[in-house]
Amino acid sequence: MRDLKPLRPGDWGILCLGGLLVAWLMAAGPGGGDRVVVKQAGRVFLEASPRLNRMVAVPGPLGETQIEIRDGRVRVAADPSPRQLCVRQGWIRPGEAAVCLPNRVSVEWGQARYDSLNY
Amino acid sequence: MTASTIKFPASAEDRRIAALAAVGVGLTVAEAAIPLPVPGIKPGLANIITLVVLYRYGVGAAVWVSLLRIVAGALVLGTFLTPTFVLSLSGGVVSLAVLVLAARLPRAWFGPVGLSLLAAFAHIATQLWVVDLWLMPGLSIMGWLPVFLGAAWLTGLANGLVAARMLRDRPASAPAAAHAPLMRGPL
Repeated sequence: MRDLKPLRPGDWGILCLGGLLVAWLMAAGPGGGDRVVVKQAGRVFLEASPRLNRMVAVPGPLGETQIEIRDGRVRVAADPSPRQLCVRQGWIRPGEAAVCLPNRVSVEWGQARYDSLNY
Repeated sequence: MTASTIKFPASAEDRRIAALAAVGVGLTVAEAAIPLPVPGIKPGLANIITLVVLYRYGVGAAVWVSLLRIVAGALVLGTFLTPTFVLSLSGGVVSLAVLVLAARLPRAWFGPVGLSLLAAFAHIATQLWVVDLWLMPGLSIMGWLPVFLGAAWLTGLANGLVAARMLRDRPASAPAAAHAPLMRGPL
């Protein structure tokens, strides 16, 4: 076998394509989602559009968690949990989720999954 | 006491595969001790062994060494048959399949670095898919996709370069020294 360079033309191709893919994904940001998904005890409590401003009260074992949807953003406005972790997280960035563990409520961005019920 | 009639004759190739898998297990255990910021991201050093074996001893040996390493590594780490093991095995099997196919690519164009990158991408893509489908369905992990793919790109490149270096320093011309040829390598 003759001496070959560690990086051959095809390797450079794979390397550049992979790098481009990663760079593109990072630039596009977390594609996030176009739906707000609120779960209570692991079950979907509400799936809503982020464009409709509203306050949602989610009942949990400790009390009500208030979720605010405003101008395409979503946050946990109030929660009865002792450490207030999910409230202090503020507006949830696309791709992220806020979990109020003591009250078993989670808010996350999701993709719309169209099925016959959506229409 | 009568002598056992059951015998397990081990050929030289069996011993070689076992020795190489053992090196992989050692690397798996060693990297399990490294604290990492995000769960699921690790260097995958054992893949260096898989690549070197693939180039030096062929596809069959690479499949054996890799699967033995996954099972034995899980036994050593105590993750056998846990979700961690399922992730490890599924990622391993798919990246092996990709390696088997990629090994047929022309050698003048594609070397260990390209194969390593392809294997790394196949590995993480499979694991994300399994997590999304089976482990945590509904939890949106796709926001982490650039992070995971970026890590795969980096570790795939690094492991490929190490494998290329090892293959260059110790070409496959000395089958007599085939027992544990990696022990005296750069590792």
